[in-house]
Amino acid sequence: MKRGAWMIFRWPLLLALLGGIGLVSALVGDGFFDLLAWLGLGVPLALIAVAWLRPTRRGAGR
Amino acid sequence: MSPKTLRTWYLVHKWTSLVSTLFLLLLCLTGLPLIFHEEIEHTFDPHPELAPLDAASPRIDYDDVVARALAARPGEVVRFVFFEKDEPLGAVLSAPTLQPPPENGHIQPFDARTGEFFEPEPPPGGFMYLMLKLHTDLFLGLPGYLFLGFMGLLLVASLVSGVVVYAPFMTKLDFATVRRGRSTRLKWLDLHNLLGIATLVWVLVVGVTGVINTLALPILALWQGGQLAEMTAPYRDQPPLASPGSLHAALETAQRAAPDMRVSLVAFPGTQFSSQHHYAVFMRGATPLTERLLKPALVDAQTGELTDMREMPWYVRTLFLSQPLHFGDYGGLPLKLIWALLDVVAIVLLGSGLYLWLGRRKAPLERRLAELKGGGAALENAE
Repeated sequence: MKRGAWMIFRWPLLLALLGGIGLVSALVGDGFFDLLAWLGLGVPLALIAVAWLRPTRRGAGR
Repeated sequence: MSPKTLRTWYLVHKWTSLVSTLFLLLLCLTGLPLIFHEEIEHTFDPHPELAPLDAASPRIDYDDVVARALAARPGEVVRFVFFEKDEPLGAVLSAPTLQPPPENGHIQPFDARTGEFFEPEPPPGGFMYLMLKLHTDLFLGLPGYLFLGFMGLLLVASLVSGVVVYAPFMTKLDFATVRRGRSTRLKWLDLHNLLGIATLVWVLVVGVTGVINTLALPILALWQGGQLAEMTAPYRDQPPLASPGSLHAALETAQRAAPDMRVSLVAFPGTQFSSQHHYAVFMRGATPLTERLLKPALVDAQTGELTDMREMPWYVRTLFLSQPLHFGDYGGLPLKLIWALLDVVAIVLLGSGLYLWLGRRKAPLERRLAELKGGGAALENAE
């Protein structure tokens, strides 16, 4: 199956949005805004850890 | 995307990355300890203990502070007095001249409540200073800044072209697929794509704000020739001051002009950040945003009266905002740890890119382009 641009970029777009919110959030205020920044910028790190460590799913990309 | 377009983008990605990779690796490696510079410095050079105040404690007199600072440093002049954000600590920076050279001055910290001096800070040097110089100007001054800024621009081009070549690569792959159990190259190709796309916004923002920070000196010159010159125009033809008047009065004036702000830095007359006739008192606000957007109150250094107080122009505010977004020092220790982890990811991203290029550098371009299409699986199967 060949994917279109939307299928390819929907997850990256979501990550970019979260990262953008994270970067701006801690500038706006402290407390809750800091928490939002840690979450927004922490999600890509968690995703990388999961993708790197999980066993290859059968059929994926074959 | 036509094969020709893809080929162009691939070559942009390859060459912008190749030219900048070693310098970007240097920036990532030296940047890692710099994220924690505050914590590291406080560990090795703890802040002085602040004694509790009682009724007999003296109240600070800034003119007396300056006089004592100068008495301890014969032949020097005061360039700046600056204040810590979270503690009642100030410091006097003095040097043989009002303007650099020399770049660095002598720093004498004091209790901002009583004016009592602490041990002066040792002259800059050591590991963290080396990291800072390698990260900012490579000991070369302005040319060094601009060179590293150019490397940052190459990084931006590399990121954009990387996203473009990511699309054809992923047409047959699920997002975040890492194919292990086949070739090492395929695994690292997948990881390189994943690391790059997942951290794209952060790397882009740190890259662009880094480039803006390399322009600090030109931006300063622009402000001196623009807004600062405009605000101090009536003083232009007056002779320079023999010695400035009361700093204490100037600080009181600035505080009255901006009651809900705090003093961050005072630039003495004749220094880089002021005119010949003014104390430039830079005030900071109370939120993470406004504490970066310094606002200068220009106080006549002779009379102690307020001359002018304005928002900084857009290019200076852009520089001020670029600093936290580059340093990651605006969301507590957890944000610094996240910054460090993202920095490590960037190092792996650079390293994997180099590895992928080394493995294919002798292969014909067509073969390398074929690898981009459909995630390189067809190519692997053919081997």
